[in-house]
Amino acid sequence: MSDPKIDGFELKPGFRGMASDTGSDQTMFKGVHWGKAMMWIFLLSDTFVFSCFLIAYMKGRGSTPVEWPNPSEVFALEAFGVPVPLLLIALMTFVLITSSGTMALAVKYGYEKNRKMCGWLVLATAIGGLTFVGMQAYEWSKLIHEGVRPWENPFGAAQFGSFFFMITGFHGTHVSIGVIFLFIYAYKVFAGHYENGGKRGWFTTMKGDYVEIEILGLYWHFVDLVWVFIFAFFYLW
Amino acid sequence: MSDEYENKSGYQAQSSEALTGSAGSTPDMDYVRPAELPEQDLYHGHTFLTKWVFCQDAKVIGVQYFLTAVFTGIVGLILSWLMRLQLGFPGLAGFITAEHYYQFVTMHGMIMVVYFLTALFLGGFGNYLIPLMVGARDMVFPYVNMLSFWMFFVAVAVLMASFFVPGGPTGAGWTLYPPQTILEGTPGSGMGILLMLVSLALFVIGFTMGGLNYMITVLQARTRGMTLMRMPLTVWGIFTATVLAMLAFPALLVSAIMMTLDKVIGTSFFMPTILKAGEVLEYGGGSPILFQHLFWFFGHPEVYIVALPAFGIVSDLISVHARKNIFGYRMMVWAIVGIGALSFFVWAHHMYVSGMNPWFGFFFATTTLIIAVPTAMKVYNWILTLWRGNIRINTVMLWCLGFIVTFVNGGITGIFLGNVSVDVPLSDTYFVVAHFHMVMGIAPVMVIMGAVYHWFPLITGRLLNETLGKWHFWATFLGAYSIYFPMHYLGFIGVPRRYYEMYDSPYMTSAVGMNEFISLAAFLVGAAQFILIFNIIKTLKTGKPAPKNPWKANSLEWHTSTQPPEHGNFGERLPVVHRWPYDFSVPGAKDDFIPQTTPPSEVVHTKVEKT
Repeated sequence: MSDPKIDGFELKPGFRGMASDTGSDQTMFKGVHWGKAMMWIFLLSDTFVFSCFLIAYMKGRGSTPVEWPNPSEVFALEAFGVPVPLLLIALMTFVLITSSGTMALAVKYGYEKNRKMCGWLVLATAIGGLTFVGMQAYEWSKLIHEGVRPWENPFGAAQFGSFFFMITGFHGTHVSIGVIFLFIYAYKVFAGHYENGGKRGWFTTMKGDYVEIEILGLYWHFVDLVWVFIFAFFYLW
Repeated sequence: MSDEYENKSGYQAQSSEALTGSAGSTPDMDYVRPAELPEQDLYHGHTFLTKWVFCQDAKVIGVQYFLTAVFTGIVGLILSWLMRLQLGFPGLAGFITAEHYYQFVTMHGMIMVVYFLTALFLGGFGNYLIPLMVGARDMVFPYVNMLSFWMFFVAVAVLMASFFVPGGPTGAGWTLYPPQTILEGTPGSGMGILLMLVSLALFVIGFTMGGLNYMITVLQARTRGMTLMRMPLTVWGIFTATVLAMLAFPALLVSAIMMTLDKVIGTSFFMPTILKAGEVLEYGGGSPILFQHLFWFFGHPEVYIVALPAFGIVSDLISVHARKNIFGYRMMVWAIVGIGALSFFVWAHHMYVSGMNPWFGFFFATTTLIIAVPTAMKVYNWILTLWRGNIRINTVMLWCLGFIVTFVNGGITGIFLGNVSVDVPLSDTYFVVAHFHMVMGIAPVMVIMGAVYHWFPLITGRLLNETLGKWHFWATFLGAYSIYFPMHYLGFIGVPRRYYEMYDSPYMTSAVGMNEFISLAAFLVGAAQFILIFNIIKTLKTGKPAPKNPWKANSLEWHTSTQPPEHGNFGERLPVVHRWPYDFSVPGAKDDFIPQTTPPSEVVHTKVEKT
């Protein structure tokens, strides 16, 4: 994206530019939509939520006296009669990262005012997210079937199930909320709410603009990024 | 629906001052660059429901927050009366059992810290003052702002509901330390603690919606000419406190979720192996210290979430009522930001006796003492602002002076408690109770009172009665010191806090009279607050109408199109800012104040600060 044009204000590159933006009146982030700034700050706050969860997980795993279950055995999936470690997780991660790619493309086509392409790509992202949630539901039911519960499990420390269900559940809730919004936004794009000056949304008196797709995209990329950390901490450690 | 949108599309016209400058003088002198953003569309309610209940005007939301917070504050006040009744005169009120006493302590603490002070400063003053002071028509997301208040309202309703469930509210102490919090034997370990945790989670969600609004309004919706370094310190204080809250509340949310799971489905995040009456409980392998870390990672910034808005507001009040610019404005801003940043690195000084590694105590004692540096800078700057100022000893100024004294007092005992070796014997005594009530109870409340007397004419158009105000101040000030000064002594002789009754203990024998005196003072101070309520009712009925800008202040909230300001705040055109809000008693100026909107060409021959 090129720099915005600000009347009567010269945008400078680098640290100097940051200082002069900060020292100026009206706005600190020049040309940044209110909703986009809001989403960034919300995500910063949400980062602290997930950090607290993951730090609590590390502390909990460190302080329990019982041995921690071996993840490559617990999370293995039978494929053609052979247990393959991390197969399902690899698929889930692949689907989620791919949906991040379609999301990025949707933002690009949105700014190009290509309504059809943008709509289809948002829809594709939503379906990717839905697939992820479905696979997670399968993983949960498989673990529950094997006897893993939040308060106990046959593989080792009880905290394994507690942290696993809590953190993946909290992340899965984020993904599900994202999927719901992706479907709503796919409808809004197809219905032309962002065309010809835009239609007012429900929660805001602001008029619709394709920047909303980018804002939703920020959320979606964040959810994917968090998954990468959860993946590393639960399945690889 | 008959509701309409006000649509002032298009960009604001360029400042007329700049265009019509006379040819002889310098026409560029008053130039302020044009608006970057089009005018905000506002949703004007027309029915009672959209105008006063589900209102999207930040000013109405601010008053809603204020009144709800004051309601919880009165509940907290009554609980403190009951506690003091039990402590000073045990057995006099037969209905107060030990369980009840612990429930009063817990609910008093949680209500006062979270639902009263935090909501009042950020939700109340933040909503009312931020848009007015930065020159915005409203918060940037009015609908979300409205939801924020109603989420807070539901959180308060859930909290209050816990008084009426079987077993009553939780009695685990406001820190809710596991494992005892959720185990049988602690009062309210059933429904009470569950409702408390749900209420806290709702509060965090509601606050997040409000906090995003406050931050984006300050960062992205200031008026023309309003740079960050021209903002009143009130806005700086509330803004920085909001940043702290956005980063600290996640820890509270996470610990609330984890404890709810421990309670409801039997996980063991915080629960170690526990023997109860010879039998091992289902729990095992969890870490109670983890909860303490999470809780205080929220809990310590929470202290500054309350204190920083108070610092900001008191700076503005002192400057206005001493008719002098704030001493060291930039230093004040950086001190606020510095305190905010440091507040994330001191949390474990609440845990010196929890059994952490001693080196942790060493580290956190050091950071705790470092935070005294910017805080002391602020105190010096308030005093230097008063130095040779044209001080008006009105009610507002009295509250400000009371704040400074009280804050210094509480701050100095904080230096005692920040050192591990001094803290260990004083920990869990009344010395701690006296310390935190002075520094984050009485001191911020004094600022709130000063702010109420100061901004009441803006909000209602009437001036509060000064005589009643002075009675209110002196009763509160002298009474509060009568409560908390003796408490330091009780702490030194070793009286432990949170004990239901200790008359027969050797601690107490020498201080029985003092303990009764504290209780009597507490009853009086609580009762004195009803002077303010009486004053408000009397003023609303028969008070004299306030002149426009009665304190002759410079900041934008006093320069609105109408007083009290209407929805949209500034009438047809947004104000254009040319200076900071502290140009008082400028040599050479006609009046002793120069509003922020006065262009430089009108004050050419004065020695006005360059801001």
